[in-house]
Formats: sequence, C-alpha cells, structure tokens
Amino acid sequence: MAQWRPDQSFYPSPKMAMEAPAEKIAYVSLLNSNESSADALGVVDVDPASSAYGRLIGQVDMPNAGDELHHFGWNACSSCLCPYSPHPHMERRYLVVPGLRSSRIHILDIKPDARNPRIVKVIEPEAVMRGTGYSRPHTSHCGPDGIYMNAIGSVDGGGPGGIFMMDPETFELKGAWEKERGPQFLAYDFWWHLGHDTMLTSEWGTPDMVENGVNPELLLAGKYGHAIHIWDLAKRRHQQVLDLGAEQQMALELRPSHDPNKTYGFVGVVVSLKDLSASVWLWHREGANGNGAWKIRKVIEIPAEPADAERLPPLLKGFGAVPPLVTDIDLSLDDRFLYVSCWGTGELRQYDVSDPFQPIQTASVRLGGIARRTAHPGQPDKALNGGPQMVEISRDGRRVYVTNSLYRSWDQQFYPEGLQGWLAKLDVSDGGGMELDPKLFLQLDRMRPHQVRLEGGDASSDSYCFS
Amino acid sequence: MTHEMSMSLSSVAVLLGMGAFHGVNPGMGWLFAVALGMQEQRRTAVWRALLPLGAGHALAIAAAVAIAVLAGIAVPLHDLRWPVAGILIALGASRLIRHRHPRWVGMRVGMAGLTLWSFLMASAHGAGLMVVPVFLAMAVAGHGEHHMMVASAPVAAIFATLVHALGYLLVTAVIAVLVFEKLGVGLLRKAWLNLDVIWAAALIGTGAITVLM
Repeated sequence: MAQWRPDQSFYPSPKMAMEAPAEKIAYVSLLNSNESSADALGVVDVDPASSAYGRLIGQVDMPNAGDELHHFGWNACSSCLCPYSPHPHMERRYLVVPGLRSSRIHILDIKPDARNPRIVKVIEPEAVMRGTGYSRPHTSHCGPDGIYMNAIGSVDGGGPGGIFMMDPETFELKGAWEKERGPQFLAYDFWWHLGHDTMLTSEWGTPDMVENGVNPELLLAGKYGHAIHIWDLAKRRHQQVLDLGAEQQMALELRPSHDPNKTYGFVGVVVSLKDLSASVWLWHREGANGNGAWKIRKVIEIPAEPADAERLPPLLKGFGAVPPLVTDIDLSLDDRFLYVSCWGTGELRQYDVSDPFQPIQTASVRLGGIARRTAHPGQPDKALNGGPQMVEISRDGRRVYVTNSLYRSWDQQFYPEGLQGWLAKLDVSDGGGMELDPKLFLQLDRMRPHQVRLEGGDASSDSYCFS
Repeated sequence: MTHEMSMSLSSVAVLLGMGAFHGVNPGMGWLFAVALGMQEQRRTAVWRALLPLGAGHALAIAAAVAIAVLAGIAVPLHDLRWPVAGILIALGASRLIRHRHPRWVGMRVGMAGLTLWSFLMASAHGAGLMVVPVFLAMAVAGHGEHHMMVASAPVAAIFATLVHALGYLLVTAVIAVLVFEKLGVGLLRKAWLNLDVIWAAALIGTGAITVLM
C-alpha cells in the first residue's frame, strides 16, 4: 500500500533524527546456546512506563538450527530521502536477519505487530551463494538505492568476502556489488560517507580462519585483517588501502561521522600482537575541501590488564594478562560521543570525540570481564561473564544498550565455562558520563544476545544525505 | 510561428503547467539543488545546479517530442494517438505498482553528471512522454489529420520544449531557493506527499485524454 507522507522514522539529517521520540521496543538477535536448537530474534520492552520494562516480550524462532544470528538491519531508512535516489514513501518495515554461519537470510515483517514480527521470506544458503558468489552474510545497511549486505567469505569458505545488493521491496538478490576489487580479500564490516560517495570496508578473517575459533598460529603470524579499504561508492571501485600494520589484528567495526559533509570515522582494533592492547583508529581525508588522500592514525589505546593465570582461559594462560578485546564501537548521532566495548576486560568506555584527533575519555562502566566478573547493580551479588560487546545508542544519544555475546566458537574460547547471555542499558548524562540502569538488566538462560536494533532507528542503522 | 501549427494560449498554459508539475516533485531536481547547496554551504551551489537540471529536463522532453516528430513522418498524426496513449497508460500503471528509477550517480556530481541525472530521472518518470500528447494536439489542430509538415515540426518541437522547461525551471528555482534559504529540509518529513500516485494518475489521465483527442 502506498504511503502518502514519508515514513515518519526517516529524517533528512542526523541532527533532526536526534529529535526523534524515544524507542519503546528493542530487537535483539539471540544465539541459542544449544547448537542444535534454533536461534531467535527477541523483542525487548524498553519503555520505562511499561509494566514489562526490561523484559523479553516476544521471540521469533528461526525455522532452522545453527544459523548464528549476528548483525541485522532494516529494509529502508533515512537514506531513502537522499536527493539523487529518493524513495521517501518506502516503509521501515522489514528486518533483514542473516545467519552468519548458515548463510541463510530471513526477512521479518514488523508492521502488523511490532511486538510479534513474522518471518515473511527465507532465502536459503544455496540461493544466497548462487545469487551473490559469497557466503556467511554479515552486515546489512539500508542504502539510498537498495539494501547493501556484506559477507565474510566466498562460497567455498575461503575468500574473498565482499558486498552484495538486495532489492528493498522484493528482497531479490542483485549479485555482487564490486566492479573492481583491487587487493581487498578479507571482509568484516562496511559503511559509507554518503556525502562523498565513499564506501569503507574492514577486515576480520575468511570463514575457514574464524569458524573454529581464533587460530593462535594465524593470530601470532599476523594473518587476521589489519587494514581498511576505501571505495568509490558510485563507481563500485576500490580506491585505497589503509594498512594499520600486521601487529594490529582484526580491524572490525566502522563508524563514519554521521554528518555527511564530514570525512572521518573510527575503526576498532581487537588486539595488538605487541602488548595485547586494543585500539581505536581515526581515518580522515586530507585537503581543505576534504578531497585529498585518506589517512589513518591511532587515537585511542587501551592496555591489557594483568591477571592471575588461574583466572584465565587456556588461550590466555601464558600471557598473564587480559586483553581488552575491543569488539564493537559506536558513535552518537551528533558525532560527539564514541562508545568502546572491551569484551575481554569487561568495560564500556565513553569518549568525547568532538575533536576526533584527540578523544577525551569521559566515563567508564565495568560489567563482567574474563578476570573481574563485575556484577550488575540490579543484581549486585551475581558475578557475570561475557563483557560489553555489541553497543547501540538511541537516536537522541540518551540511552545505550549493550549485550555480551560475540560469536559462538569465540565465546567458548574466552569464556569456556559457558557464556550466560545478558543485555544491559545505560543512561547518559548531558555533557558526558553514564550509568547502568538498575531496572533494565535482561538475563537469558539459553540465549546469547548479540546486536540490538531500536524501534525507528538507532545510531548504526541509518545514514543521511543532509547535514 | 508557422501558420500550420496552432500555438494557442491554452497549449502554452498546459505546457507551462506540466513543467511546473514536474518541477514541484522533489525527485525531479530541486531537492538535489538544495543538497548541493548544503554540501558546499553556499547558495551559489544551489543556483549553479539549476542550469544542468533544466538542461537535462529539457533534453528529456526534446527527446520524447523528437521521437513523436519522426514517428509523425511515417504515421498519420491521428493514428499516433493510440501508441502514445498505450505507452502512457502502461507506464502510469507500472508506476502505481512499483517505483523504480535509474541508479548510478552519487552526491559528488559535476555539471555533466547532473544534466544526465536530470535527463534520466525525467525520462524514467515519463515526463517527456507526458508532453507528447500536448504537442500532438498542437500539430493536429494545425494540420487536420494529415502528416506533419517536416519543416514546421522542429520549430514547434523546440517551442514546446522550451515553454515546458521554463515552467519546470521556474518552479524548481523558487522551491530550491525557498527551502535552502528559509524553510530547511525538515519540511520534507511533512510536505513530501507521494507524488508518485498523482504522477501515475497524470500519466494514465493524459493517456486517456490522448485517445479522446
């Protein structure tokens, strides 16, 4: 049915999106801790006025076991207002939910009842591989001209990983995106600077490098990803490699400035081989008009924390320290606060990045962690495992949601006693600072939460063409 | 003006009006002009975008009318109504079902790119095709139901194109400047009515009128 006015969750600019009403529902991908049972998409009540606040109020089980739900995205978002390819009357209605291990893609409709999404289409793994040449779909972004997704592997479980497109109405696969790949081989995340027709991609490892857990030999040899790639978004061509150096292992989440006129962004690095530290790097474009070459530099370094060997999993025993393991970062819509998850040490950090070259740490909250096991104030006597991992920020920047599961085989290596899933929420103060909301702490017995998507959009779901 | 063609005041008004209707649609250009102004943070960027937008739109109209002129050499004008009407109605119906348009350009666009973008957007939305029946009506009124005079047709075609483009450009310029200077793009959320439906109705309606012509 045609809409008369633009979808009211679409905003021309990030500044306007910050005025959006607070979310009442959060969607979260749930990995089943039992590998032979199905994963699910959970619906969490995040309306403080509701009697079910903080509870799982809906759960859609996937039709098959073993998908490894991970990241997911919307069919349409604010980028539909982009002037060169306007589709303002599309609806933000469908969630695109890929299985990172199975390569199966699910389409869920939230329109009839946002609390009870329905699976309306399932694209089987063979069809995904046949239609794209890729396997293990990972990130999904709603672009101005359709759904962009990426995959970390080729059909045979090796590389290259890459990007493919999907029709936002029929969900037909439109094939591989790249016209000229250049030296890119590894894939993890992708996003863009829409105002500059620039795509960015990052690097993890091919499926055969990650599916059986982190491989210490490959890691110590510096074989995991350590570069980001710059692409011409309109021409679909590789333009530049920004190499962080082989000691910087796993350059994962990409968070470009939301303001489409700006030309910088942040990428998190999981671990340095030199000292087990983690880091955040800033890419930026040189030249007065932002038309020069792209550069990258380290702007945040987080050291490893010494710990007794008996508190460490076998993988880390020899090191006598816990690596922070920065596995996700997220940038508020005003490009002011960067949140950094340290999944190993169990810490969420907040930095003021008003000057992106000189981040200033403004807050730190501890939760879980390999050695610390910090409890949540909502249940102060219970030691937690896992740590802040996926982090999502509300559009107004006032609320932050974190979950603690990374990836099944890696959860097992770093938290071998069995990761207990949880989702927590933090309230952000004006001008920086944050604290855990004691009332919103969702613990799940059999399920491990991964990415959170907020009703109407959040700080990593939408992109904008107007500043 | 050649005496064979009837450039009545009413056809000029219709051409201007259609141009204005095309100009109002944010997807036809004014929004792009505003975005380029915001990107460069200068009003001159808005003004600079108008020329290629107008040129691209005019080229799309000219192309459609030129095809009609060429077809008019081979087919009696009165018979040309049928295929034109058929195409208009089919295009309108398809736009009611699905909204598609070409995709290839981005935000970093030069003058040539913007002209081509405007040409493709206007063509894909059937903007040129919508003008063809008006042009045919002018030609039929001047000629009766005979073949078009080859010599006069290009003059009429150019005239029709320019009048239409003028209507388009005036409205595009006024809205682009108003939004850039005063209103801001926030108004998109409220004011961007789904012109696709109206546009589809206009295509179908024009097709129906063409048959009755």
